[in-house]
Amino acid sequence: MLIRITPDALDPQPFIAHVRRDEAGAVALFLGVVRNNSQGRRVLHLEYDAYPEMAEKKLREVAEEIVSRWPITDIAIAHRTGRLEIGETSLLVVVSSPHRQEAFAACHHAVNRIKEVVPIWKKEVWQGGESWVEGEGERQATLQPE
Amino acid sequence: MATMKAKVKFFAALHQMMGTRELDLEVAEGLTVAELHRDLCARFPRLADYGDNLLFSVNAEYVPADHPLRDGDEVAFIPPVSGGADAH
Repeated sequence: MLIRITPDALDPQPFIAHVRRDEAGAVALFLGVVRNNSQGRRVLHLEYDAYPEMAEKKLREVAEEIVSRWPITDIAIAHRTGRLEIGETSLLVVVSSPHRQEAFAACHHAVNRIKEVVPIWKKEVWQGGESWVEGEGERQATLQPE
Repeated sequence: MATMKAKVKFFAALHQMMGTRELDLEVAEGLTVAELHRDLCARFPRLADYGDNLLFSVNAEYVPADHPLRDGDEVAFIPPVSGGADAH
């Protein structure tokens, strides 16, 4: 199990290498990637803020929950913080398992749980404004940059 | 009245509104996290303006609103989270 909260760019290779096993015939990788638009608006970049100690703890709990519910071999989760440009990876989940069904299901569930419980927040910055995204697509605290 | 120390941390929109990452406070012994939030709202109108769509954490664990604080606790007011890449 490998858990990371980091301001550095996420390279999937070390995480894939971490979960690979000779007995695992499947490795499922999910990358959350910064998109250039949101609700019809052109996004310039994103900023992620985290409560790092708690976020790491909650990511570990999600990973432990996944391990207890699916017969997987290993799991690694990483979330980026700070400013991210369009196309950069914000979230990485990689799961290895003997067979592909468990790897897909566990990876999918992990991504959903992370969005529910891990104290990390996304700010969208667009031309002439910005806002913190709160919960499932709600927008609050729209501010004009100085 | 006996007091104790508490640290309050602010993230994301709350960090931006409060203009600070954390506050070190002397608070009444036995205060709950919701009471602490209410007291801070009285001192910091910006925090009150934010509203109460928040969860509470103490020492990096979610707690209910009536959770009583202990000396040295680290409290955070947690806005609805939005990690990952896609909000939908």
